[in-house]
Amino acid sequence: MRVLMFGWEFPPHISGGLGTACFGLTQSLAKRNIHILFVAPKANDHTPFKGVDVISASNIPVPLLSAKKNLSAISGKGEQKIEKKENSSKLISITVPAEILPYFSSDSQFNETTIEQWNYQFNVGRSGASLEKDAKAQVRYPFTGGYGSRLLDEVKLYKEVAGEIARENSFDIIHAHDWSTYPAGIEAKKISGKPLIIHVHATEYDRAGENVDQRVYEIEQSGMQKADRIIAVSQMTKDTITSRYHIPPIKVNVVHNGVAPKKNSSCAAMPQLGNKVVTFLGRITQQKGPGYFVEAAHKVLQRFPEVHFIMAGSGDLLPKMIERVASLKISSHFHFTGFLSSTKVDQIWSISNIYVMPSVSEPFGIAPLEAVMAGVPVIISNQSGVSEVVHHAIKVDFWDTEALASAICNLLAYKSLTNTIRKKSEVEIKKINWDRAAKKINTIYHELTTTK
Amino acid sequence: MNLRQPNKDRYLNFYFQVHQPRRLGQFSFFDIGTDRDYFDDGLNQIIMRRIAKECYQPTNLLLLKLIGKYPQIRITFSISGVALKQMERFAPAVIESFRMLAATGSVEFLSETYYHSLSALVSPEEFVAQVQLQNKKILELLGVRPTVFRNTELIYSDEIGRIVRDMGFDGILTDGLDDLLKHRSPNHLYEHPANNGLRLFFRNYTLSDDIAFRFVQKKMKTWPLTPEKYIQWLESITEKKDLITLGLDYETFGEHQKKETGIFQFLEGLFATVARHKKYRMITPSEAIALLPPVDSFSIPNLISWADEERDLSAWLGNEMQQDAFETIKELEPVVKKTGNPVMLNTWRYLQTSDHLYYISTKKGEDGNIHNYFSPYPSPYEAFMNYMNIVSDFSLRLNNYERAQALDPTGREKNTQILVT
Repeated sequence: MRVLMFGWEFPPHISGGLGTACFGLTQSLAKRNIHILFVAPKANDHTPFKGVDVISASNIPVPLLSAKKNLSAISGKGEQKIEKKENSSKLISITVPAEILPYFSSDSQFNETTIEQWNYQFNVGRSGASLEKDAKAQVRYPFTGGYGSRLLDEVKLYKEVAGEIARENSFDIIHAHDWSTYPAGIEAKKISGKPLIIHVHATEYDRAGENVDQRVYEIEQSGMQKADRIIAVSQMTKDTITSRYHIPPIKVNVVHNGVAPKKNSSCAAMPQLGNKVVTFLGRITQQKGPGYFVEAAHKVLQRFPEVHFIMAGSGDLLPKMIERVASLKISSHFHFTGFLSSTKVDQIWSISNIYVMPSVSEPFGIAPLEAVMAGVPVIISNQSGVSEVVHHAIKVDFWDTEALASAICNLLAYKSLTNTIRKKSEVEIKKINWDRAAKKINTIYHELTTTK
Repeated sequence: MNLRQPNKDRYLNFYFQVHQPRRLGQFSFFDIGTDRDYFDDGLNQIIMRRIAKECYQPTNLLLLKLIGKYPQIRITFSISGVALKQMERFAPAVIESFRMLAATGSVEFLSETYYHSLSALVSPEEFVAQVQLQNKKILELLGVRPTVFRNTELIYSDEIGRIVRDMGFDGILTDGLDDLLKHRSPNHLYEHPANNGLRLFFRNYTLSDDIAFRFVQKKMKTWPLTPEKYIQWLESITEKKDLITLGLDYETFGEHQKKETGIFQFLEGLFATVARHKKYRMITPSEAIALLPPVDSFSIPNLISWADEERDLSAWLGNEMQQDAFETIKELEPVVKKTGNPVMLNTWRYLQTSDHLYYISTKKGEDGNIHNYFSPYPSPYEAFMNYMNIVSDFSLRLNNYERAQALDPTGREKNTQILVT
């Protein structure tokens, strides 16, 4: 079985959960004797492990005519540099330029030059690309692979490259992760006639609430309509797909994400903030519900004045959070870390006693699983996909700050609660792995390739 | 009552357990130290009325009808005090129909702990006190004095048997576990190893679960279960002088298994068939004790119960949270008793009801599903938090009461009024 897979992120170029998911999933699929050609907008062509070839879309030449047509549609962006490299390895990854925010906020202060969100590496500013003619009148687009303001342009170019790749390679099935690769998936299907799976890790409704970007919505809906099968990362996401995008439920399979076992990494010691530390870790945006965490902290501090709270990450709501914390006069026990690198994240886990994810809408949510691996008990909102697979956690509705505060107090007050959750969740998490997800996806591959 | 029915030499004891816990209300950590109520009696009323309508009342009436037709029918009930109290408050007609059943002379009522608690593990004094409360309640409502005992969820050990005998009971019911019985049959009457006259009844759990759990399971090869099929099983396993004790939740009829499943027709058919059967005689525990000699003595040194696969105490004390919760409530005994305040004592005892601990179980699989079925909480963690917040609040009330007492010992009555309204 050969799979042509499109994904906007692949390690080391990752911004969030998507890259991690693509890595974990391809790794487990490869074990099932599935050969994957993974096309990333920007990557170093390489073979991360046997069975998967990552190719960079930036390295794929497309005919100049077609490139010109596309580039003229994107005025004033300068020339794009596109190169082709010989790819000897088995796993191929392809890179394409991207600058739209998948998590774009309408907040005007949130522009591309100030973006520094937790766990996201943005390519800010102009890509400075130049279009180079090569001898065969072919060009390569140097994709940024980020989520800047030109993301929509890059999505179109990526689709173009996808067409070329579909012509040049043989495969049995196409698998596209999240909306920025749906047009590429559709193009590849059009050219090859192979079945298309789109894999929904998040929808525009999760990212933007009710303020959806109509252009993105249309790309998502068209992908869902043209796909032969849709994979949703949770039942919650499936419900969004059927209710908001009007897709028949029968077309959608739920495959929960997994988490890869953590390598034991020793991290530098952190200064002890106090006896107990409660942590929020994620982008500080409306979707993640940071405001509910602040309100709950205020309530908890009335009962446990010695507890410390950490809000780790960055995002458009950060200034608002700082102001609210100040006005509640809890700044001495409420700390903001800003954007954190992954080693810093490990440090934060090492001093945290409780992790809270009060997300308003979380299609899956991998951070609680990472917390569990680090031995930190978690409180998660019922409005998260991960709550469908994690049973040994405390669950609250995101808006119920009283229940959230009460849960934090209970974990602080009763050691047996903390111990039981920690022990049981560490056992449970071993079953939430990518092999399980890959097994289900493999079945879907076979269903689609045998019925065709 | 005719004890001599010479052709009938195999005995059947149908025992039904009736229990509804007094469920707790939502109690957040921030409710600690406020005067918020512990119990959600609005919910308890809704549940009691629903189960009264779907199970207790129709089944009682069916049994009354059957006894009218076949006076040789015998039935045994054990009804927890907390269930009786809720029937009195929310469904008094059920008390009335139980009274009518008591008046037939065909029905025996067992004693147990009023609060359906693990008080046998709290202290012998507390255990005895709760049994006495139950005896009083049964006498008051049903006009009978129980002579046979069954402990909460059939929890039993030699030590519990000793205390029960000391209270004057002639017999006790427990579960007939394979591991325990080894090659001995559960289908006999046994006696306590201390030779103190206490008779042991072992529940035949296989035949009991055939009705309680497997009746509705369509995947069973034996489905649908008919009275005729069931009688054939009985006939195939029992011999002369055998005594089969069948024990099930009374809520099996109409609540766990809804009337649409045909469970009432099954019960009616089964009782009518058994009553007319030429070999089987229905019998109550006290009749059995009078009629049948024990075949052997039987020692059970460790605690057993009828719950879960393990049949030990792990359904209530299986994880660290359950043990923590139970130890916390147990340790309050001297403080509560020192107050001499009956309302405090009653509240403390209500908090001992085993269901509160049962909801905190983190078991998985079949047993986990059964725990979930009964639990009003979305997870064991919510159950634990809610319970512990209430226990913390209760401890705080106790402390405040003690402090008030120390300051003004004469103001005892006044303080009681303030603290426990």
